[in-house]
Amino acid sequence: MSLLRQVWSWFGDSAHWHGSNGIPVRLAEHVQISVESVVIGAAIALPVGILLGHYGRFGNLAINISNTGRAIPSFGLLVVAFQIFGLGDGPIILALTALAIPPMVTNSYVGLREVDPDVKDAARGMGYRDLAQLVRVELPLAVPLIMAGIRTSAVQVVATATLAALVAGGGLGRYIVDGYATQKYDVMVVGAVLVAALALVTEVSLWGLQQLLVPRGIRLLKTPASRRATTFKTA
Amino acid sequence: MASRVLLDIVDPWINWDWLSTHVPYVLGALKDHVQLTVIAVVAGLLISLPLGVLAHRYVYLRAPVLGVFGGFYTIPSLALFAALVPYTGLSGTTAEIPLIGYNVLILVRNIMVGLDAVPNDVLDAADGMGYRRFPRLLRIELPLAMPAIFAGLRVATVSTIGIITITAVIGIGGLGALIYKGLIESFHTPLVVGMALCVVLALIADLGLVGAERLALPWSRTR
Repeated sequence: MSLLRQVWSWFGDSAHWHGSNGIPVRLAEHVQISVESVVIGAAIALPVGILLGHYGRFGNLAINISNTGRAIPSFGLLVVAFQIFGLGDGPIILALTALAIPPMVTNSYVGLREVDPDVKDAARGMGYRDLAQLVRVELPLAVPLIMAGIRTSAVQVVATATLAALVAGGGLGRYIVDGYATQKYDVMVVGAVLVAALALVTEVSLWGLQQLLVPRGIRLLKTPASRRATTFKTA
Repeated sequence: MASRVLLDIVDPWINWDWLSTHVPYVLGALKDHVQLTVIAVVAGLLISLPLGVLAHRYVYLRAPVLGVFGGFYTIPSLALFAALVPYTGLSGTTAEIPLIGYNVLILVRNIMVGLDAVPNDVLDAADGMGYRRFPRLLRIELPLAMPAIFAGLRVATVSTIGIITITAVIGIGGLGALIYKGLIESFHTPLVVGMALCVVLALIADLGLVGAERLALPWSRTR
């Protein structure tokens, strides 16, 4: 139990809350890398998934590509990016973005595909044009799965960003890697606690956002999106 | 020292000389990787089968089971390894506990979905034929839930193969040890070999499970 007491007193030491290795700076680094990766990933993945789902073409191809991409270990991908492009946030964000894309493509594709054809016919009959039908009918119905994809990606990116410390990056993983290297188990456990907390907060807050964004009528209609969403763990 | 600097400059992606003299080392890492994967998936399945069946039958168990394992699943593996090292050391146990926990979530969820999807008519027919609860579960419900369970096994296996590489950080790793060697020595060959074997292993395991499903469930072949 003394280890837990050490961890507790580590958190209590004000020196650990300041400076370039303090909790606020490491947390900010971690969040920044993660947010940038997810935003860039979403900017690429969501249009692709949504358009493929809307037109119903090449969907199996996209899903097969992202399924095959899952076989690539995230740790290896980070190391390869580091070996090719060297130090810095750029290579790390590149690798994390590559990991963020597949779940968002798959889930937004499936979300658009699953829109009831009768609903699309009705929209057409009411005079919606293609774009209006996509934006005002199909997208709102697909929000649960699109959001589930973003949430899966974001949680995985936050988890994988922990590995950035292994390729000389910043973030909360630094405590784990440095604590391990210097045999300071209390620092290692501190890192573990912070990383776990950040991942859980990400999951819960994006889940909350999903609840807010889903129109009420759809919430009543559908089985939980989590049932049909594809989740995958990379780190 | 001079040769080392030279190596950094001209280090090719694959150094065949190194590879040809390190075949046993690479095969050993591959064997470790397969072993770690099999343990994590099989143990995950053994835990999740009773858990999934219970959560299917007793609805009030669902929220706690999915909540506990869902929370566990959200925690990054490196954090769990780090938290376990002070207690279980740099051992296979430290590597397996998180991996098994992750697989339990994936499999429990798929077992529940599979069992929930068994049509009521089928259950009525089974009841009418005189099946009691346990035989009905074993011979009617679980076989019908198998496609969902196999889908879970595929996700669990492929993601386990990827996450194991991270255990290289605590001195285990299987093929991850090659990737880690490539990182700390800035030596491309083990990195490339480790990555490639990981991807090939994941794809073969995935195809193997698809094949096993077709053999075990001939009726689902048309899908």
